[in-house]
Amino acid sequence: MDVSPILISMKTASVTIVITFFLGVAAARWVVGLRSKHLRTIMDGLLTLPLVLPPTVAGFFLLYIFGVKRPVGEFFLNYFGYKIAFSWSATVLAATVVAFPLMYRSARGAFEQVDENLIFAGRTLGLSEREIFWKIMMPNAVPGVLSGGVLAFARGLGEFGATAMIAGNIAGKTRTLPLAIYSAVSAGDMDKAWDYVAIIVVISFLTVVGMNYFSGKEKKQAKRGQRHVS
Amino acid sequence: MSLEVALEKKLKGFSLDLAFQVHSGCLGILGASGCGKSMTLKSIAGIVRPDRGRIVLHDRVLLDTDKRIDLPPQKRKVGYLFQNYALFPNMTVEENVGIGLRLSRQEKEPVVRQMISHFRLDGLEQRYPWQLSGGQQQRVALARILAYHPDVLLLDEPFSALDAYLKEELQMELARLLREYDGLAILVTHNRDEVYKLCGNLMTIHQGRMISFGDTRETFHNPVHPQVARLTGCKNLSRAQAVGENQVRALDWGVTLQTAQPIPPKLTHIGIRAHDFYPVGEQENVINPIPLLTPEVSEAPFEWNVIFKADPSLGDGGQIWWKLTKDIWSAYLQHPPTRLAVKPEHILLLSEKTGNPPV
Repeated sequence: MDVSPILISMKTASVTIVITFFLGVAAARWVVGLRSKHLRTIMDGLLTLPLVLPPTVAGFFLLYIFGVKRPVGEFFLNYFGYKIAFSWSATVLAATVVAFPLMYRSARGAFEQVDENLIFAGRTLGLSEREIFWKIMMPNAVPGVLSGGVLAFARGLGEFGATAMIAGNIAGKTRTLPLAIYSAVSAGDMDKAWDYVAIIVVISFLTVVGMNYFSGKEKKQAKRGQRHVS
Repeated sequence: MSLEVALEKKLKGFSLDLAFQVHSGCLGILGASGCGKSMTLKSIAGIVRPDRGRIVLHDRVLLDTDKRIDLPPQKRKVGYLFQNYALFPNMTVEENVGIGLRLSRQEKEPVVRQMISHFRLDGLEQRYPWQLSGGQQQRVALARILAYHPDVLLLDEPFSALDAYLKEELQMELARLLREYDGLAILVTHNRDEVYKLCGNLMTIHQGRMISFGDTRETFHNPVHPQVARLTGCKNLSRAQAVGENQVRALDWGVTLQTAQPIPPKLTHIGIRAHDFYPVGEQENVINPIPLLTPEVSEAPFEWNVIFKADPSLGDGGQIWWKLTKDIWSAYLQHPPTRLAVKPEHILLLSEKTGNPPV
């Protein structure tokens, strides 16, 4: 069995989740803190868009931005001598864009769940906004943020459409597990496809278990939060 | 020591428009739910921003919308006790108490220690808020606020989330704390018992406007306005007209009553507290009898609530609410009285505050 798709997928998903995690949390913090309701609605819509767009459309936009003949792609090629489209980094790019909304939305939901009186209390006690975020918001939102991370990881791992558009399906380079399954089936090699399918199913199952674990913690924390009212 | 507040803010359905000053002790703000009293407290703390206003605490201007001054809550030095105490669930008692202190770890330690023992939290330092009882949580919240040395203490319905038993115990505790504290405090509540027990001065609010401001006991004794009478727990209000210097006609009950005080010129209502009635027999000759129809009766643990309808052939058939202890009612269980009487000095003479929405 060719293990390269497994390695490429794991590598892509791992790098993706790190980038997505920080981007998603930062975006969530920023949007939650926006004062203007209209701006918040618009930004929320834009940041969630990749979740509802077909991945091929997301990939199409990426190709349009990062393609070799496109401004950003050309810039990278000319100044860094680096070609983004159809390289391994393009798999990360595609997975990040598609996984980002899941991370962002989970984190935003988790931040909004934090009792706003806690934030007000922090302010009247003289804590800076930064301290409030790190000492109060983040610790009380951890389960929700982590379960968002798990979800985003799974989404990155399973990414197909956008990856095919911007990274292509180059064996040993950009062929991730979903693409390898597609290729195997196209070539009529069902045994090979089965192997990859089994691996994906196992990883996805573990992910769901992990997510349930975190969201169970979240519920418990919410209960504790409520209890200190009674 | 003083706090000066002037606020304007548009709220749903009405606007908050208040101006008052506090110079010492604890001011109670009494109002129905949603009258803007919590909003007032939050504006002082800087948690919400009024449309217009000026707030001066001691000599510091916290807010002056005309001069574009608006200190963030971090710089206002106010202690805010939230309804649910807002203890940080991810921090222990010790960490909660020390969080507002801008000190090094070594300097913090003794201050936190002292607050913990002052609020009788010894042994609970490493507990988390959800492991504490309601009373302990309130003490932690107060310790956290007072460790921070605020210039004013803002108490937002501090007992609303507690059961009856705990409530009375904590009211006693808070009363003691406020005596020792010797600074400015504002307590917001819809519970008249709380202000009576805890606050020397009382402001009542109705739909965002102040309707009375003064000594708490005096306000309860002579509420002046029907809205204030209602907020201080007067169950019986009737529209009224003066018929003589010491005589008033209660339109809702269809009776003419003698009063001890001369009738004020703008009298619109009279009020009688539910426990100020006494029963009189059919033939008895007393001052101020009120004829009544068969009552509806409900039993409370230590008293009876008896609600009569006034005779509709005499007036507009208003209600009379009588509260009495169990031993007195036992004599009337089979045959409820058909008349109640009230002493002239127990009739509250009230005039509707003009420029305010009706009660």
